[in-house]
Amino acid sequence: MRITQGQFSFLPDLTDAEIRLQCAYAIDHGWTVAIEFTDDPHPRNIYWEMWGLPMFGIEDPAGIVLEINACRRAHPHKYIKVVAFDGQRGFESIRMFFIVNRPADEPGFDLVRTEGRGRNTTYTLRPYAADRPPGQRYP
Amino acid sequence: MNKPTARRIDPSQRFKSGVLPYKQMGYWNPDYAPKDSDVLAVFRITPQDGVDPEEAAAAVAGESSTATWTVVWTDRLTDYVHYQAKAYRLDPVPGIPGQYFAYIAYDLDLFEDGSIANLTASIIGNVFGFKPLKALRLEDMRIPPHYLKTFQGPATGIVVERERLNCFGRPLLGATMKPKLGLSGRNYGRVVYEALKGGLDFTKDDENINSQPFMYWRDRYLYCMEGVNKAIGATGEIKGHYLNVTAATMEEMYERAEFARELGSVIIMIDLVIGYTAVQSMAKWARRNSMILHLHRAGHSTYTRQKNHGISFRVIAKWMRMAGVDHIHAGTVVGKLEGDPNIIRGIYDVCREPHVAQNLQHGIFFEQPWASLNKLMPVASGGIHAGQMHQLVSYLGEDVVLQFGGGTIGHPMGIEAGATANRVALEAIIKARNEGRDIWHEGPQILANAARTCTPLSAALDTWKDVTFDYASTDSVDFVPTVTSAG
Repeated sequence: MRITQGQFSFLPDLTDAEIRLQCAYAIDHGWTVAIEFTDDPHPRNIYWEMWGLPMFGIEDPAGIVLEINACRRAHPHKYIKVVAFDGQRGFESIRMFFIVNRPADEPGFDLVRTEGRGRNTTYTLRPYAADRPPGQRYP
Repeated sequence: MNKPTARRIDPSQRFKSGVLPYKQMGYWNPDYAPKDSDVLAVFRITPQDGVDPEEAAAAVAGESSTATWTVVWTDRLTDYVHYQAKAYRLDPVPGIPGQYFAYIAYDLDLFEDGSIANLTASIIGNVFGFKPLKALRLEDMRIPPHYLKTFQGPATGIVVERERLNCFGRPLLGATMKPKLGLSGRNYGRVVYEALKGGLDFTKDDENINSQPFMYWRDRYLYCMEGVNKAIGATGEIKGHYLNVTAATMEEMYERAEFARELGSVIIMIDLVIGYTAVQSMAKWARRNSMILHLHRAGHSTYTRQKNHGISFRVIAKWMRMAGVDHIHAGTVVGKLEGDPNIIRGIYDVCREPHVAQNLQHGIFFEQPWASLNKLMPVASGGIHAGQMHQLVSYLGEDVVLQFGGGTIGHPMGIEAGATANRVALEAIIKARNEGRDIWHEGPQILANAARTCTPLSAALDTWKDVTFDYASTDSVDFVPTVTSAG
C-alpha cells in the first residue's frame, strides 16, 4: 500500500526541484519549514522525530533541500515529511505538510476488530511494521 | 464611547392614548450615533404604496424592539428611550425604486446572553408580517464583541479540526452518499468505504437521512464506521463520516451523538431545521466531547433566496458561527445551487475571517470583528466535479470542504475511482498554485497533464467536461456604493 498522508501523496513523488518550489512558497508566506521523520506511520502518530529545529529565518529554499537530503541519507528507509508552520495570529499551526521520503515497501496496517455487545465494534489500527522495535522496522 | 443621543419627545404628546406614528414615538432618530456596544441591523424595506419610508423604518425598529400598535402608558415605568430600537439611517436601494436600506441600532440590554433564540425573537420575531410593509429582508448585522463573547462559537474551529485530522495545505474533500434515500445500512457503508479509500477525507449523510424504514440510524452508524475504519487502514489517513444525528427530540439527538462518540467517529452532523436552540445545544455537546459538528443548511432557501423578503444567508452564517457549528454549507459559485461570486465571497469571509471589513460589493454592510470566536469551515456542495477544481480553488481558497457527491459516486469507473479523480485533481491544482502558476487560466491544462498518469481523472474530465450550471443568481449585490460610514 501507499500511505497517502500529506498534500501530494496522490501525485508522483516530487523531485528535488519541485520540493524547492514548495519550500519557496512557504518562505514567501513567512512560514517556517521543518523536517520530521518516523518509522511509525500510524495516522495518529502526531509527533514525528524532528530533524533539528524548524528552520527559522532561512531565506533560500535550496538550503532546505540540502537538509532534506541529509535527513534522507541518515534515514533512507523512513518516512520524511516537510511541514510549514505559520506563527501568525489566527493560524499558529501547520499550513503545509507533504511526504518527501518513504520506505520502498509499505506493508500497511492491520485493522483489529473487538466485538462488543449490541454489534458494537471497536477498531484498533496497528502498523505491521510496528511489530519490530523502532529503528528496525523497515529493511 | 460615544454617548447616545436621546430625543425625548414631549410626554403629553408622546403618551396621549391612541395610535401615534412610530416616528413620533422615537423609533426614527437620524441623529442617533450608534454605540460600539449596539447590535446593528440593516433591513431592506419595501413600504406599501403611500407609506412614508421613514415611518416604515421606524415601524421596523419599533416592532423589533419595544413597540406595539398603540400607545401604552406602561412605557413610562421604564427608561423607554434606552430600550427603543432606533432607525438611524435610510438609503434608497440603488436602481430599485420603492426599496430602502434601513439601519437600526439595538441596545445590548435588549438581548439575553448567548442566546440566538432570544436575539432572533426580537430581530425577526413579529416584524416580518407587519402589514404596512410589502416585503422585508434582513440584509446584515453587526454583532458587537461585547455580545459575541457571550457565545461559545465553533466547537472545534478550522485550525483544530485540521490538527485533529492531520490535514493541512489543501481543501478537505467530501462526498454526500447517493442515492439520498433507500440504501440499506450495509450497502450505504459500502459507498462510504469506497469513497474514503479512494482519497476523500469525509463522506456525509444527506440532510434527510435520519432513521427511516429502509435504514435505521443505529444500523447506519455501525456500517458507516466499519467503512471509515477500513478506509483509515487502507490509506493511513484519518477520515470521517458525518453521522446525521437530526431527530425529533433533543433526547434522541443526544442518544445518537453519544453512540457516534462511542464508535469513535470524529464528526457528527445536524440540519438547520432542528432550530437555533437545538443547534446551540449540540454545539455545546460537541465542545464537551471533542466532536466536529457539521451543519447542513436544510431549509434556508425558503427565506434566503429572494432579494426582497427574508434573511440574507450571510446573517444565518453569522448566527451559526456564534451558535457554534464547525462546518456550514455556504455555496459553490460554480455548482448547481444559487450563488453569485461576490455574495459567496462575503459569506465565506463571515465564516473564516477573524475580522471582516465593510465591503458593500460583497454584501457586507458592517465591519465585523469576531473577537476570539473560532473560524467556521465553509462547505461547497452541490453539482461540482473534478474539471472545475481550478475554479473552486480560485474562488473558495484552501479552508473549505469541497463535496463531490454525484461527482464521486457517478464516476463511470466506480466510486473509488471517482474519489481518486477528485483527490488527484485537487493535489495537482494545489501543487501548481504553490509553484506560482496561474491556475485560473492554466487549470484545464494542469488537470489534463495530471490525467495522463491518472486514468480515473481522465475519465472524470471526459464525462463531465461540458457540465456547468450557468444561470443568473436571484440573490445578487446591489452596490456600486456611495459610502459614508455605516457605523
